[in-house]
Amino acid sequence: MTQSMSDAVIIADKVTVTRSGRKLIDEITIGLKPGQFTVVIGPNGAGKSTLMKVLSGEMKPDSGHVTYYGTGVELCQPVDLARRRAVLPQATQLAFPFTALEIARMGAVAQGALNPSEEGRKALARVGLRGFESRPYPSMSGGEQQRVQFARALAQVPQPVVDGIPRALFLDEPTASLDLGHQISVLEEARDFAAGGGMVLAILHDLNLAAEFADHLIVLNHGRVVAEGACQETVNDEIISTVYGIAGAVGRLPAAHIPYVLPQSRDR
Amino acid sequence: MPFRRTGEGDRTSQGVLVLFLLVLLLIVACLVSLHVGPTGVGLRDLWAYATGNGDSLTVQERVILEAVRLPRTALGLLVGAGLAVSGAMMQGLFRNPLADPGIVGVTAGAGLAAVAAIVLGATVLAPLAMLLGGQFLPLMAFFGGLANTWILYVIATRDGRTSTTALILCGIAIGALTGALMGLLIVTADDRQLRDITFWSLGSLGGATYGRVLSILPFIFVVLAIIPFVARGLDALVLGDAAAFHMGIPVQRLKRIVIVAVAAACGSTVAVAGSIGFVGIVVPHLLRLAMGPSHRFLLPGSALGGGALLLIADSVARTVAAPAELPIGVITALFGAPVFLFLLIGKNGIGMRDLP
Repeated sequence: MTQSMSDAVIIADKVTVTRSGRKLIDEITIGLKPGQFTVVIGPNGAGKSTLMKVLSGEMKPDSGHVTYYGTGVELCQPVDLARRRAVLPQATQLAFPFTALEIARMGAVAQGALNPSEEGRKALARVGLRGFESRPYPSMSGGEQQRVQFARALAQVPQPVVDGIPRALFLDEPTASLDLGHQISVLEEARDFAAGGGMVLAILHDLNLAAEFADHLIVLNHGRVVAEGACQETVNDEIISTVYGIAGAVGRLPAAHIPYVLPQSRDR
Repeated sequence: MPFRRTGEGDRTSQGVLVLFLLVLLLIVACLVSLHVGPTGVGLRDLWAYATGNGDSLTVQERVILEAVRLPRTALGLLVGAGLAVSGAMMQGLFRNPLADPGIVGVTAGAGLAAVAAIVLGATVLAPLAMLLGGQFLPLMAFFGGLANTWILYVIATRDGRTSTTALILCGIAIGALTGALMGLLIVTADDRQLRDITFWSLGSLGGATYGRVLSILPFIFVVLAIIPFVARGLDALVLGDAAAFHMGIPVQRLKRIVIVAVAAACGSTVAVAGSIGFVGIVVPHLLRLAMGPSHRFLLPGSALGGGALLLIADSVARTVAAPAELPIGVITALFGAPVFLFLLIGKNGIGMRDLP
């Protein structure tokens, strides 16, 4: 274990997952630290979602270990894990017409809230869905559904730190079906969570957003970590062209006739 | 969409209200079930009997009430509650509003075992029939249902995880197999056996005795007793296995508990009353429209509503063609199916819009 791991509390140590003879992730070692916003980037099939499943305890690695505060994740009860970390999955379909509030409420129930309906209401307000409480989830747009799921995750870990123990937020492509404004507000909410002493692990495809929000960037390719560190060290021409096959696109302006929108240069 | 007030969306009070109405409905259904029949027992007589002044009843009325009506009402209550709760649990587990206990093989297994008991009871299975006496058919059906579910569960479970898709596909294959075996048995049956099979396969509360009530009581009790422990898990499971695990639900244990409890409850109801279709699908579906899909209210509501529906259906079955008695399965399907379809596609289409 490297020196930089010493203050990490959720750790994946040399985890490998093999499916159909292919290594989806290959001896990956990463650690989540309190107060840090960690972003995983990489092309399709790089192993990002698999890594998140292993870290959340959902998938058992074929070799290597995942530990929460020094305890093996396989020894933790699901109900205890639920109080330590919440997970925002990719798009979720529902067979039954639960309302937005009833979905958010489930997260609060998982956390053991005394008044789960009230906590669910607060979480919906945090993602800008005040007034949407009684909307049936199946009738909402993809982006609204995604924000309801984010509210559910927030309701499960409403405070970044409780009794001195930091909580974690795992976000699998949290911005996938959102418009630009909501992409930023969701990530700002996650950044506040990290700033408050919690841990955030997010998978992002948008390199601009990744570079703006990440305290720590992990670049995955073919199941391995190819670069790790601050965005200045990881988002550069050499790595982006190796991993994505797009050369000479970092920090250069497009041709004069193409307008461009860089959310990171917005007014604050 | 029917917006009530902005800022709502919590259907807790709505759920409590509907539960209260269902309790009233169930009381009415019990009274109707005790009251109607070839020999009417008046409501005033029922009240007198219940308050301990049973002397005003004639001897005949007392006998009918105690030996016929009371066990029949109790059996209908238990069977209806068991079927409806089992249906609601299966639909939650499989995330499909059309799932019913038939999916986990209970009905097919219990059916095959019951037909085997009727056809082979005098020959190959005669020693068993002699040993078990009057409980031969019910016990055969019960263990047939449980055995079939167990086989399906073992096939569909790999590395400690039960695949829902595998369970459904295996269920189809094994259902076809049991259907074929049942067909073979029916071909060899004589006329009297065929009549037994037909009557049994349409369902009836006709053979109600205190013995039968007691024999299914523990199984129905189990499926009702687990409601508070599985309701939250079934809610979470609606978001998928992974999301339920993330929210702290031990998913595999939940599936195992629900499948075994449903197999026991349904196997035992098939054993005492034959196969009564439709209750397990229509009751939970109607209640979802009335109170929302949260299992906190849906499961207890299904118990109350299922009991009430079956008692009303049985009262109709006993009176509509008196002195003959119709099979109750015919009544539940004859009246339930059009109501179900009307609600699904009726002028407001309240059910359809929110289906996936």
